[in-house]
Amino acid sequence: MTLRQLLRALLPALLLALATAATAAPNPDEILDDPALEARARALSAELRCVVCQNESIDDSGAPLARDMRRLVRERLVAGDSDAEVVDFLVARYGDFVRLRPPVRGSTLLLWASPLILVGLGGIGVWLYLRGRRDDQAAAPAPLSPEEQAALDRLLADRSRS
Amino acid sequence: MRRLLYVLPAVLVAALAFTFAIGLRDRDPSALPSALIDRPLPALDLPAVEGVDLPGWQTADLHGEVMLVNVFASWCPPCRVEHPVLTRLTEVHGVPLIGVNYKDAPEAAAAFLVELGNPYRKIGGDFEGRAGLELGISGVPETFIVDADGHIRFRHAGPVLPEHVEQVFLPLLRELRG
Repeated sequence: MTLRQLLRALLPALLLALATAATAAPNPDEILDDPALEARARALSAELRCVVCQNESIDDSGAPLARDMRRLVRERLVAGDSDAEVVDFLVARYGDFVRLRPPVRGSTLLLWASPLILVGLGGIGVWLYLRGRRDDQAAAPAPLSPEEQAALDRLLADRSRS
Repeated sequence: MRRLLYVLPAVLVAALAFTFAIGLRDRDPSALPSALIDRPLPALDLPAVEGVDLPGWQTADLHGEVMLVNVFASWCPPCRVEHPVLTRLTEVHGVPLIGVNYKDAPEAAAAFLVELGNPYRKIGGDFEGRAGLELGISGVPETFIVDADGHIRFRHAGPVLPEHVEQVFLPLLRELRG
């Protein structure tokens, strides 16, 4: 199967996935009347982890607890909370785990720095490799010892004779 | 130097395997840390469940005693499993048990307690699941050990089994009750 055929075969599935991703939404009875508040609720919900399913946001999850959390988020927004206050409210009860994006602080520094550290280590490795190769090419071969030179001369003489 | 470079992949793989081994050992990946440990029990005000012959409760009523707060529901099979264990904790060890009846139908909750017995001192109904969010639960059942000052000292997610009682509950209760 060529790449083009493969892509053609997969395209409908891809489009379907995109379409469902775009239409994932809270249940109609949860949606707030105020579109601005609802937009904030959706954005917040996408950042909050469903503690039942653990790798889904509450916006994506169908678990009853996620629904409760979505309703809670909307209630707090309607009551006038800022986005940060809503997140803090849930973090106070569920810990940082409820945030899909962990905060930058002492205990998570290694997590956040790990991409930089890995790229740095890789960079050092590449640099060492390239330097080694350049040295190999640049280094002139050691001159022949008198014995080697004599052996070479002898071989060349043999060859020209035959 | 060059030889060192050749063993580097093996060293990296070994380090990775070691990290994974530590990460996987004796660890339930679904067990979440509770944010409420050593914090006061959230302020709750839960009404009595209709048909259950026990009062509801407010957090303010609960001070002065070490107790268990147990979130349960009649529709939750593990709650049936832990029920005799909790009953034994109250009867044999005299620990007060405070219930949060989570998203349950009152008549179903009443029938559950008639069928299995009622070890609870008070049961508050959490019909909308809001108390569950306040307590930071991720499922039912969950059990909290609350000290005499009203601070949560331990959270157990899932059914309380005899081994949990022996290994965790009794030692901690003994310590808290002095």
